[in-house]
Amino acid sequence: MTDTTHDQTSDQAPSDDAPRRGPNYIPTFGDSPEGTDIWQRVPYDPDDYGAVSDFATDFDHADPNYNPNAPEIWKQLRESGCPVAHSDRYGGMWAPITHDTVHEIAYDTDNFTSRSVIVSVGRPGDLAMPAPIGAAPPITSDPPFHAMARRLLLPAFAPKQIEPWEPEIRELCNSLLDEMGDITPGETVIDAAVQYAQNIPVNVIGRMLGFPQEDEELFRKFVHDVIERITEEPGTRDGMEDLGNYIHAQIQDHRDNPRDDLTNYLLNVEIEGNPVNDDVVGGMIILLLIAGIDTTWSAIGSSLWHLAQHPEDHQRLLDDPDVMTFALEEFLRAYAPVTMARLVAKDHDFHGCPMKADDWVLLPFPAANRDPKKFEDPDTFIVDREENRHAAFGLGIHRCLGSNLARLELKVAIEEFVRRFQRVELAGDVRWSVGQIRGPRELPVRILEVAG
Amino acid sequence: MRVHLDAGRCQGHNRCRTLAPELFDVDEVGQAVQLVDGDVLAHLNHRARLAASNCPEYAIKLLEID
Repeated sequence: MTDTTHDQTSDQAPSDDAPRRGPNYIPTFGDSPEGTDIWQRVPYDPDDYGAVSDFATDFDHADPNYNPNAPEIWKQLRESGCPVAHSDRYGGMWAPITHDTVHEIAYDTDNFTSRSVIVSVGRPGDLAMPAPIGAAPPITSDPPFHAMARRLLLPAFAPKQIEPWEPEIRELCNSLLDEMGDITPGETVIDAAVQYAQNIPVNVIGRMLGFPQEDEELFRKFVHDVIERITEEPGTRDGMEDLGNYIHAQIQDHRDNPRDDLTNYLLNVEIEGNPVNDDVVGGMIILLLIAGIDTTWSAIGSSLWHLAQHPEDHQRLLDDPDVMTFALEEFLRAYAPVTMARLVAKDHDFHGCPMKADDWVLLPFPAANRDPKKFEDPDTFIVDREENRHAAFGLGIHRCLGSNLARLELKVAIEEFVRRFQRVELAGDVRWSVGQIRGPRELPVRILEVAG
Repeated sequence: MRVHLDAGRCQGHNRCRTLAPELFDVDEVGQAVQLVDGDVLAHLNHRARLAASNCPEYAIKLLEID
């Protein structure tokens, strides 16, 4: 964050030359104030904190060292006897690391609200869509509204609706592989994240929603704005406003030119016989657009990163395609991309942690997936691991709505990559994402053997 | 072996249908449905164990009968 000083943030009325802000933004600090879209508990500048030296007391999932080293950080925290890490960053945040604590919080919708699920400097204020609805239902919703909103979306993402997409996804993967051009085995280096993984989910969800395919770059920008720009001052993240405007324009276009897609489906849904208002429908569309992109892209990228370093697993997938039933779940366990979050709903003690209302709580499902109390030899990737109760898609009522689609995309993407490039190796440094969604953003891979 | 699906615990992860399609399906919203009345044919015991031991919500219970 470069455009904010504490002098400015203590000023209740932003000056004319203040950074661009949302229409109702007034910087306010302290307890949740009235009359705000978004509020900050304390003035926050990540430069005041610097690099993390102790993740137990100064946890920061947006530290540049976190995503590249996350499994080692979780292991050290567990072995040092710290099941729940803490941080003063973001105005106060907790990070449970064990499977038990993550599971307990995911199931406790009384003490933990989903009103906001991406930790950032700003917390939703009283003018934002209130609990139990939240800005992007049902992921931001709590009971009882949660179940009503989720029920509207579940049929569209049930296995029998998703499975027919397989041929199209396979064709998409192959066309991306074709676009890599002539490959000289032993020489050609491709970027498996940029040229492959990042293009798959954005294309599929764009088609499902009926949005223009040429807007894919814009969708990735929206994802970056929402998920990665979390340390910027609330109201200065112009991308959030652009996203709202884009969705509004798409809703209008679908009203004017109805077609057979998810957007038009959502424009016609009802809750208990009543039409759903545009803010809720728009929030659902935002969820579908944002939640399915960098998550699956990260899972595909991490899986290919693994295969580039483990030729024996790559070879096993080629020789024994049926092992994919178990391999797919092991990729999801070992490289689960998604850490969710909650806000503490009311002051309470959580296993000795004095949690206060409006504290952030991360839900690192990827850390739960590597807990040795739940998984034998958790830091080893076992391609045919048969018992695997991983929590990559969450636990409890917020199980990832798109899990069937994500699985299909991940499976097909790995299968087609492995079938085309029969031997590969890592060819340089990986650049990792920042924040709650963990995966490679640059992944140089040298192709050693191409299918004849 | 007997198998029992606790539908109240199911969150639609869809693992059981993939691992034991002879024993489980999913409905129109993706919630698991048990296809057998409880008794598992011997040749499906392994599949029943797979389904139970991969359910993230512990929604499938097995009763081993000698």
